[in-house]
Amino acid sequence: MVASAAVRLFGMWASPAVRRVEWALKLKGIEYEYIEEDLSNKSSSLLEFNPINKQVPVLVHNCNPIVESLVILEYIDETWKDNPILPVDPLERAKARFWATFVDVKCREESRKAFFMEGEEKEKAIENLQVQLKALDEELEGKKFFSGDHIGYTDLAVGWMTFWLGVAEEAAGFKANYDVKFPNFSRWIKDFLAEPVIKDNLPPREKTVEFFRAFKQLGSCTKVNQK
Amino acid sequence: MASEKGVMLLDFWVSPFGQRARIALAEKGVEYEYKEENLRDKSELLLKSNPIHKKIPVLIHDGKPICESLIIVQYIDETWSDKAPLLPSDPYQRAQARFWADFVDKKVFECGGKLWKLKGEEQEAAKTEMIEILQILEAQLGDKKYFGGDIFGFVDVAFVPFTSWFYSYETCANFSVEEVAPKIVQWAKRCMERESVDKTLPDPKKVYEFVCYLKKRFGIE
Repeated sequence: MVASAAVRLFGMWASPAVRRVEWALKLKGIEYEYIEEDLSNKSSSLLEFNPINKQVPVLVHNCNPIVESLVILEYIDETWKDNPILPVDPLERAKARFWATFVDVKCREESRKAFFMEGEEKEKAIENLQVQLKALDEELEGKKFFSGDHIGYTDLAVGWMTFWLGVAEEAAGFKANYDVKFPNFSRWIKDFLAEPVIKDNLPPREKTVEFFRAFKQLGSCTKVNQK
Repeated sequence: MASEKGVMLLDFWVSPFGQRARIALAEKGVEYEYKEENLRDKSELLLKSNPIHKKIPVLIHDGKPICESLIIVQYIDETWSDKAPLLPSDPYQRAQARFWADFVDKKVFECGGKLWKLKGEEQEAAKTEMIEILQILEAQLGDKKYFGGDIFGFVDVAFVPFTSWFYSYETCANFSVEEVAPKIVQWAKRCMERESVDKTLPDPKKVYEFVCYLKKRFGIE
């Protein structure tokens, strides 16, 4: 086991990008020290470790900081080789990275618009999100998880949608209707949330909904869903 | 080599994203078929190979498509791993390289686009932003030969295509990259000494002609 002082994670309780890193650490059985950040009053450590983006999560391993959650995931996989989360084959790795980037850039953009906007723009964003969900649904055809029989990199990358999309829907009053329209995706959500590493490591739902409701009222574009 | 057969790249001549793939393939000595796409009339092959984004570049290897330029470059690095490694072997150094390539990805193209699309105060704001981006990258480069140290690596491949856009950025927004980030200009010259870069990057004046054509097409003065 790695000594806890050697691995530190700077995070924020509501952030899906932070949970994504915690899921990976727990899947690998890595012990770590968690430091909760107040993003309205960032610590000097956070600013020192991530001067460019000043965001969470930041993983600090033997005093070396790694930032951007998908970069952190690959670092974790390359450093602790038990329970690999990325496939070995270069083509499969390329596909895994493709879906992770798709969800992090495109789906997140439409979700954010559906969350913050109203009227026609909101409707258009929901429509676009449903097109994206359809693609994810098709990708899951014949597979339990994106990564196959066990959760892996792609599942961890897409995983924010299993909880935070529902939270966003409730906080902002919209429905992407994936439980009705996308059976593979809905089934994958249930299976993903049933995994012990995931279900024991989610923020409290009501508190998260309240947080995002307040966040929407602020009308701010400051990202809580950090990289 | 058997693995070099059946490599095709769907691309567009001026795309810095496509150029990343071309440079990586050249560094690895991989032979491939280049197919120029008409982006106003995309081929069936492109639409079939990249149905989600419908964008170039797409690398097709033995019939299998790989999309998104930095993912393509990593695929090239992992598949033709016997020559010219683009990512270092140490996980922490690899994470640094991925972070900086991602930084280039998120910042340079979009900000660059604002420089030629916008005018007045908005353009000034974009110029301030671009200067900051270039200076951050310059600080990261430091006195190293390349972003990868002595090795021409992942971040170099990610960023160098944008150097042929510097002339356009400078002309549209009235500033000098050499004045604000001289080490970046020197780095760009060193990269151009590499055949892979020299043979891939277009003449900056041709890029500027393309920008002028886009401005006309979008009705930007």
